Amino acid sequence: MNCPECDATLNIPDDASVGEIISCPDCGTDFEIAKKDGSNVELKQAESVGEDWGE
Amino acid sequence: MSRVCIVFDRLRSEEKMLQKEASALGHDAILLDAKITNISTDSKRDDLDLGDVVLERCVSYFRGLHFTSCLEFLGAPVLNRFDVASLCGNKMFVTLLLKKNNIPTPKTRFSFSSEAALKSIEEAGYPLVIKPVIGSWGRGVVQLKDRDTADAILEIRGITDSPHDRIYYLQDVVNRPPRDIRVITIGDEPVSAMYRKSSGGFKTNIATGADPELCEITKEIEDLASRASRAVGGGILGIDMMEDNSRGLVVHEVNNTVEFKGLSRVSQRNIPREMVEFAVNHVRK
Repeated sequence: MNCPECDATLNIPDDASVGEIISCPDCGTDFEIAKKDGSNVELKQAESVGEDWGE
Repeated sequence: MSRVCIVFDRLRSEEKMLQKEASALGHDAILLDAKITNISTDSKRDDLDLGDVVLERCVSYFRGLHFTSCLEFLGAPVLNRFDVASLCGNKMFVTLLLKKNNIPTPKTRFSFSSEAALKSIEEAGYPLVIKPVIGSWGRGVVQLKDRDTADAILEIRGITDSPHDRIYYLQDVVNRPPRDIRVITIGDEPVSAMYRKSSGGFKTNIATGADPELCEITKEIEDLASRASRAVGGGILGIDMMEDNSRGLVVHEVNNTVEFKGLSRVSQRNIPREMVEFAVNHVRK
């Protein structure tokens, strides 16, 4: 599938899970896998790093 | 066989490792995305698939903390418990608790206005380290080397949005080798430790590029890590220590939702497997 931001080709591994983050190799935008049904994958914009992120 | 629920908000390799090890141990692993889960005062435990025990693994501290509160309201056993997560999320609370329990920790001063903070800094002398009371990955941790730096940081702290920025946590600079020690404890037992070496600056967080290297768990490390874990209420924790040239080991942080990707690269023990085993046994007790 293509990057919703810059249209580059996104490589989504077959074993990727819902909730996993995919980064576009061209524009660097992070997407979260929102739904996955076989090869049908739905992406949403990933959250940006928050001030309270981390251990 | 048990059912282990892994609560996440960003599925990292750590959560996938936990899922894999739970399955390898013959348990059912349930992944629950906190971002898309709604809970109300009328909710019942059976409304959600929470399994027998929950491992709370949100990368966002406040999301994880509040979600844990909901899970405990529903009667689900959660690791770490809300009170442990609440304490460990705040460096000031942990520092005070460590000191109260006679666990060596760097000398730290606390101020509650920028004027008082400046007075405290000037009295203590430079350098000092200022840290946000809530925050991680070394963000906002700054070495105050002189008055100009102190003025600049205090000015920034005075205009930023977070109310925690008006709490001033000022710590002595520890003279030490350019590394610190991260110990992962599971149920008060240290299972693995690593040196985190600075990649140039004074910070040694893996997130800032520090290199992990396996560290032997000495009797002293074991004792300090166990005591620090017990002091905050136990569970699955990351205890950070520094090798003070004059005082020996000092504990400076206890982390709640511990990241273990770096350590699992070098550890001889299977950290995610031991976490799952502990969680399952925790419920059976």
